[in-house]
Amino acid sequence: MEYFVQQLINGLTLGSIYGLIAIGYTMVYGIIGMINFAHGDIFMVGSFIALATFLILTTVFGFVFLPVILLIVLIVAMLFTSAWGWTVERLAYRPLRGSFRLAPLITAIGMSIVLQNFVQVTQGARNKPIPPQIQGGVTIMEGVTENGPIAVQLSYMQMIIIVTTLVLMIGFTLLINRTPLGRAQRACEQDRKMAALLGVNVDRTISLTFVMGAALASVAGLMFLLLYGVIDFYIGFLAGVKAFTAAVLGGIGSLPGAMLGGLLIGLIEVFWSGYFTIEYKDVAAFSILAIVLIFLPSGLLGKPEVEKV
Amino acid sequence: MAAETPAAPTSSIRPEGAQRSLEERGNAPVVAPANDPNSMANSVRDAAMAAALTFVLGFFFLGVRSDFAPGGLALEFRWGLLFIAVAIIFVARLLLNIFVFRTTKPLTQRMGSTFKGVGAGGGLGKWLGRALFAFALVLPFFFTSFFPGQSRQYIDLAILIMTYIMLGWGLNIVVGLAGLLDLGYVAFYAVGAYSFALLAQYFDIGFWMALPLAGLLAAFWGIILGFPVLRLRGDYLAIVTLAFGEIIRVVLLNWYEFTGGPDGISGIPKPTLFGLEFKRGEGGFADFFGIPFDNIHRFIFLYYIIFVLAIVTNLVTLRLRKMPVGRAWEALREDEIACRSLGINTTNTKLTAFALGAMFGGLAGSFFATRQGFISPESFTFLESAIILAIVVLGGLGSQIGVVIASVVMIGGIEMLRNLGFLSQVFGPGFEPTQYRMLIFGVAMVLIMVWKPRGLVSTREPTAVLKEKKRIGADMVAQGEGH
Repeated sequence: MEYFVQQLINGLTLGSIYGLIAIGYTMVYGIIGMINFAHGDIFMVGSFIALATFLILTTVFGFVFLPVILLIVLIVAMLFTSAWGWTVERLAYRPLRGSFRLAPLITAIGMSIVLQNFVQVTQGARNKPIPPQIQGGVTIMEGVTENGPIAVQLSYMQMIIIVTTLVLMIGFTLLINRTPLGRAQRACEQDRKMAALLGVNVDRTISLTFVMGAALASVAGLMFLLLYGVIDFYIGFLAGVKAFTAAVLGGIGSLPGAMLGGLLIGLIEVFWSGYFTIEYKDVAAFSILAIVLIFLPSGLLGKPEVEKV
Repeated sequence: MAAETPAAPTSSIRPEGAQRSLEERGNAPVVAPANDPNSMANSVRDAAMAAALTFVLGFFFLGVRSDFAPGGLALEFRWGLLFIAVAIIFVARLLLNIFVFRTTKPLTQRMGSTFKGVGAGGGLGKWLGRALFAFALVLPFFFTSFFPGQSRQYIDLAILIMTYIMLGWGLNIVVGLAGLLDLGYVAFYAVGAYSFALLAQYFDIGFWMALPLAGLLAAFWGIILGFPVLRLRGDYLAIVTLAFGEIIRVVLLNWYEFTGGPDGISGIPKPTLFGLEFKRGEGGFADFFGIPFDNIHRFIFLYYIIFVLAIVTNLVTLRLRKMPVGRAWEALREDEIACRSLGINTTNTKLTAFALGAMFGGLAGSFFATRQGFISPESFTFLESAIILAIVVLGGLGSQIGVVIASVVMIGGIEMLRNLGFLSQVFGPGFEPTQYRMLIFGVAMVLIMVWKPRGLVSTREPTAVLKEKKRIGADMVAQGEGH
């Protein structure tokens, strides 16, 4: 039981990260109906920006108070990663809007290759470790198993991740549901042409969608950096595929669905590694992706698509 | 500048954009608006914005680099590099603005009209194809006689390009003809390579015996993986095939007892010419024909194997296009619902496409295994699928000659970077051009796609014709969009 609770906590933490990335996929798919393949790499770029900011703050400016450092890193990473998200959309997707559907998919794959290799060339191929920053936690449960005593730890790191995700999600839901920008976004999602006729600046709305997705991905990147303490230029691919799986599982186009899907994928992955084999945890995620798409193409919270002839 | 011709460069504007710009303009006179977007000031401002953006984007990547040092990561600042990049972007964007983007007479348009005759001519594609075929036929001897010093290197490159051409043609059946977007094609490549390697390892079977078996096994896997995805179309199909490709790779990586895991399989036998091995000494190829032994013979032989395999792929595809199954593929690509209402069995149609595409992938895979002599899951990553798909799409979906052009441009171009060692004299001794290969590949992929979304070859051969054959624009062909 204790082991189960511990895995549950770990799964929720990992799932929060996936969920934050998944939102970027689901929003972009909802609004322009394309898979933003480079989104996983935007997440990776975000984590590198967070790392560099962190190092600059600690070594050059000599900051020592961790909460301030993390807050500045968070803001800087969100701003700069947003610029990356905007640029990717502007260079690779906007010129192809209205073109046939495979074209942006190919440029997205191209952009993914570009981002990975750009980071590899400029930052080196070796992985970048940082020492654990946030240590300690609270013990919420203790028990004894046949292997000896076991304590369920909820570390401060995990708390921060889960709470930050919650806060961002609430803010984000409000943004989508209550602000003119969110209204424009939902309008574009339903019917881009009609929205344009009614005076919504569609290009700008789409750009902002990418910017928001990138900002959330950068938060996920920072969390990934803090949680695992090591990043490299290739982390974007797997995280991206898993986050996309999460978006599909939750129902692509649905924001709560993306978060739910992220949590489920995180839980499945952690439980799979905890109870079965760690080697095949990626197979588990990929199989779920295939199974969901085949048997439940509209996902858990998505609207079923009606095919019109 | 603007007063010369009021005509906007219509070719580059999409209907949507044209509509919008018309609305924005309203009934105002087209000539000399108050704030001319083509003015020099606006070009400079735009370039300055691009430069500022470059500064923002490059700050943490070009300006700062974290590296290992005693006691954790240390920072290295490279402001010079950052400012060079910003300056390059500023100048490049300014030049582009002046000559292409913000002028009524873009340079590209003039160039385009100069080259208009090229490629549009009906017979040219055919003649280009024949010329390329003839060149490919004599290619090894061309290199051995004209570049004897580097012939091995060039023939090796030709083998690589030919492998990608074959893979491209194989994938073209699935994506170009049947319109099924497959992002996991490398799985079949892997199945073919591993089939041969494992058959050779466990049963001691040679290349020629294993080749058809590998093709069959790959086709079998194509059907197995094709079954579950029959209902899916478009992007979803792409993602599921990607997932399958990754599953196969992860299984190959972790099934240590059977596949050797990350260590891969080595000592894969080389192909023989009717039992003649390409080895030095008694009973070898050179000995049998009484010619002096040369390592190049094996490369020439390998080249001809892949050449024949690729040509077979092409011929089979061309023949199948004329047969009912090929027409069913194309009908499926154009409209699945219409296809079904006409009584075409879409299940079988899709499965044959998957199986045939997979089979050619498998054949190419076993060739890859025998050429390398060593395989490991490293060679079958998603990137490989992306490269093959990029070749097919960049060449022009459904166009056979397009695959050839795209393979030569992308693979050959990338490999040519290896010969750019002299650049290290310009950029300093630490400059390594090969590490930019994939970066340039990605950039080329994006640029070509933005420039020509329908691929380099923009016309398609119709399959069924009445009286005379007319070329059709690629825009008229559906591309697996799933609607």
